[in-house]
Amino acid sequence: MSLLNVQALSLTIGATQVLKSVSFDVAPGEILGIVGESGSGKSMTLLSTMRLTPRGAHASGAIRLDGEDLLAKSEGEMCTIRGQRIGMIFQEPMTALNPVQTIGHQVAEMFTLHRGLSAREAVQTAAQHLAQIGLTPDRVPIDRYPHQLSGGQRQRVVIAMATALSPKLVLADEPTTALDVTTQAGILDLLKALAQRNGAGLIFVTHDLAVVASLADRIAIMKQGEIVEEGPAPAIFRTMQHPYSKALRAAATLSPHTRVPKNANVTPILEAVDVGVSYQSSSWKQFGRASHTRAVDGISFKLVPGEVVGIVGESGSGKSTLARALLGIGPVTHGSVQIGGDDFATARGTKLRAIRQRIQVVFQDPYGSLNPRLRVEALIAEPLHLLDRRPSAKERRQRVETILARVGLTASDADKFPHEFSGGQRQRIAIARALILEPKIVVLDEAVSALDVSVRAQIIDLLRDLSERLGIAYLFITHDLSVVRALADRVLVMHNGRVVEEGPVAQVLAKPQHAYTQQLVAASPDLETALAERERTGVSA
Amino acid sequence: MAGQFLQRLMSLSLTLLAATIVIFVVLNIVPGDPATFMMGLNADPQALAQLRQELGLDLPAWQRYLEWLGGLATGDLGTSYTYRVPVVELIGERLSVSLPLTLMATALSLLVALPAGIVAAARRGKLTDAAIVGATQLGVAVPNFWFALILVFVFATTLHWFSAGGFPGWDEGVGPALQALVLPAIALALPQAAILTRVTRSALIETLGEDFIRTARAKGLSESQTLRRHAMRNALIPVLTILGLQFTFLLAGGIIVENVFYLPGLGRLVLQAITQRDLIVVQGVVIVLVAAAIAVTFLVEIAYMLADPRIRTGRT
Repeated sequence: MSLLNVQALSLTIGATQVLKSVSFDVAPGEILGIVGESGSGKSMTLLSTMRLTPRGAHASGAIRLDGEDLLAKSEGEMCTIRGQRIGMIFQEPMTALNPVQTIGHQVAEMFTLHRGLSAREAVQTAAQHLAQIGLTPDRVPIDRYPHQLSGGQRQRVVIAMATALSPKLVLADEPTTALDVTTQAGILDLLKALAQRNGAGLIFVTHDLAVVASLADRIAIMKQGEIVEEGPAPAIFRTMQHPYSKALRAAATLSPHTRVPKNANVTPILEAVDVGVSYQSSSWKQFGRASHTRAVDGISFKLVPGEVVGIVGESGSGKSTLARALLGIGPVTHGSVQIGGDDFATARGTKLRAIRQRIQVVFQDPYGSLNPRLRVEALIAEPLHLLDRRPSAKERRQRVETILARVGLTASDADKFPHEFSGGQRQRIAIARALILEPKIVVLDEAVSALDVSVRAQIIDLLRDLSERLGIAYLFITHDLSVVRALADRVLVMHNGRVVEEGPVAQVLAKPQHAYTQQLVAASPDLETALAERERTGVSA
Repeated sequence: MAGQFLQRLMSLSLTLLAATIVIFVVLNIVPGDPATFMMGLNADPQALAQLRQELGLDLPAWQRYLEWLGGLATGDLGTSYTYRVPVVELIGERLSVSLPLTLMATALSLLVALPAGIVAAARRGKLTDAAIVGATQLGVAVPNFWFALILVFVFATTLHWFSAGGFPGWDEGVGPALQALVLPAIALALPQAAILTRVTRSALIETLGEDFIRTARAKGLSESQTLRRHAMRNALIPVLTILGLQFTFLLAGGIIVENVFYLPGLGRLVLQAITQRDLIVVQGVVIVLVAAAIAVTFLVEIAYMLADPRIRTGRT
């Protein structure tokens, strides 16, 4: 008998049908990967299983755990099932933990709640369990608070809570999406080991095919609330039939960037010389003993017109601080940044506006970076105030329409508000805004990270095309090596505020020299590598 | 945490020092001559000069400020021009009414607001919630002098449970004194409780939407356990903030209610001092209120640190 049997599960929230007759099974010890884009119903499938759907949601069908229908259980019965028989792991470990309770306390709660242990016994048991998960007391004492931990450590705490009582079924909702690649690899190994050790079933929800390709026994692909394809991995990758699955697979393997390298002898459009950014921690706090934190340290590089340079590194490596320094919106405490021969630091007035016209930016979050109260025309036209001669209303409209067409939107989109667009379309709007001044350089700060894979592929195509046609140079800041491979000519690898390796993308990724780059390349999930690995070791079903 | 504590204490002391300068400048320098104010426009110049000398107004401003500051440090706020008694005594006497009254009103308001806010948040969107929100609207809208009159009419003149006004003093025993403060405290507490209920409710509802609440539910906690164990402490910060502001406001802001109930409180003292141009009393009361506000701020900040470890370690 299967451990979990979901039969014709449908879910409506208000008038919206979120899940349409979803059926699947999970056997003991099996790992099921559910893959789909945001809004496809992956998370809602998990929340339905936990009976934790939002208010106003109505589920029908059957969810049987060891033959018992969870949909027929009372809320009180569900409280004894949650945590004991089903554990759940969430996407964002920072917000998934209570910020005002110690990690020991939060894990111990599982034992006081379900096992009736005294507070003291529970904390001791929790400490043992955390140590098994890799959080030993000498490195991470149990009286720490979540904000004192790194992202990977926090996720280990969440996993410790979910697996504290060795539940038969573990649900993991994008558990590694918010983590750096090297951390992700550790968490994936941990989840796999836990599932094997306890013989528990694991449902792993993700938008990233490459992640499940190396992990899952079976894969289900969801689209618009339905499972469109399901089968054993890795065989399913060979037999994929549904057009959506094929598109998802194609999008997950971005084609490498192949074009003639730019001539390095051309006058660079951007030249960074020994750029350093250090922050002084508040001297008042320490009564005069000021200490400096070097976020960016001694970075020098050149960018020639039309060139695409990728800057990769994990969170905290100084990528974004460097980007802000280059854009002239963050401090440069050491060295200089020349853009078209001029320096932000010394320019004022007209000169400063002229420099700003040369370099524009697209940010990561297309939801947060567009003012929701402005129409698209106003949003895109915003940088025009940098021009010495303000365009007339008619001219302005014309420029907006031209640029909208260039990024693949229509002229009538200019009258809409940001909320009327999808994430991918919003990012096109953000790109249009960056392009309207015809800049020489566009800084893309994780500009495709928040997008679904298929949308991401489209945006990358658009960026490639714009660069070819308009000769714009990109500084592409990302943690995702596959994106760099698809788009960049050269890559700078950042670690702890320094560039540890740089060179042509193909060369650096194929033969990384620095230990950190090697680690980064090895940890980055890659669909083809994962599949080749599984074929080789014969773990196929 | 001890370092943070000292650091806050230092910066609040500096705030108090800055406040003494502002108060001194506003009351002694800007509006001209306090002596003229006190004696009126048609005062005899000779009498005026004598008064100025008596008040020390003939000295340069910085010297007067330093003298006042020195007095402050030793607990001497000068002598009231009209009552001819030390200002410290006057204020102490009035505080013995206003402080218990404020404490009572704050306690009452907390007693009502916390449970009401919690229930409303737990039942959000349901009838109980709507009823509580409706009641708070009423509580905010009703003028408290009117509410005070209703209280007097019902509980004093009709039911005779409490006296209609006046204060017997603490020498007559704690019982009668407290009894005299009950109705005014209720009148003062009503709008405060209404505001605090709303703050508690909205802070809790916001917290209940957080990811860690979902985690708590996934651990197997019931809705009420989740609210008690995980939501409450996280929702405390805004509640503490408002509570601190309310306390400081009530200390002298209860003046209307003090008048309705004939209570010799701080609010009435300062009003009388202003009308009688007894500037030294005004100055004394204001500095005491500023000190109280700073002390409350300090206590609220300590409460923040206890409630939220992220504030304790100075990181977000």
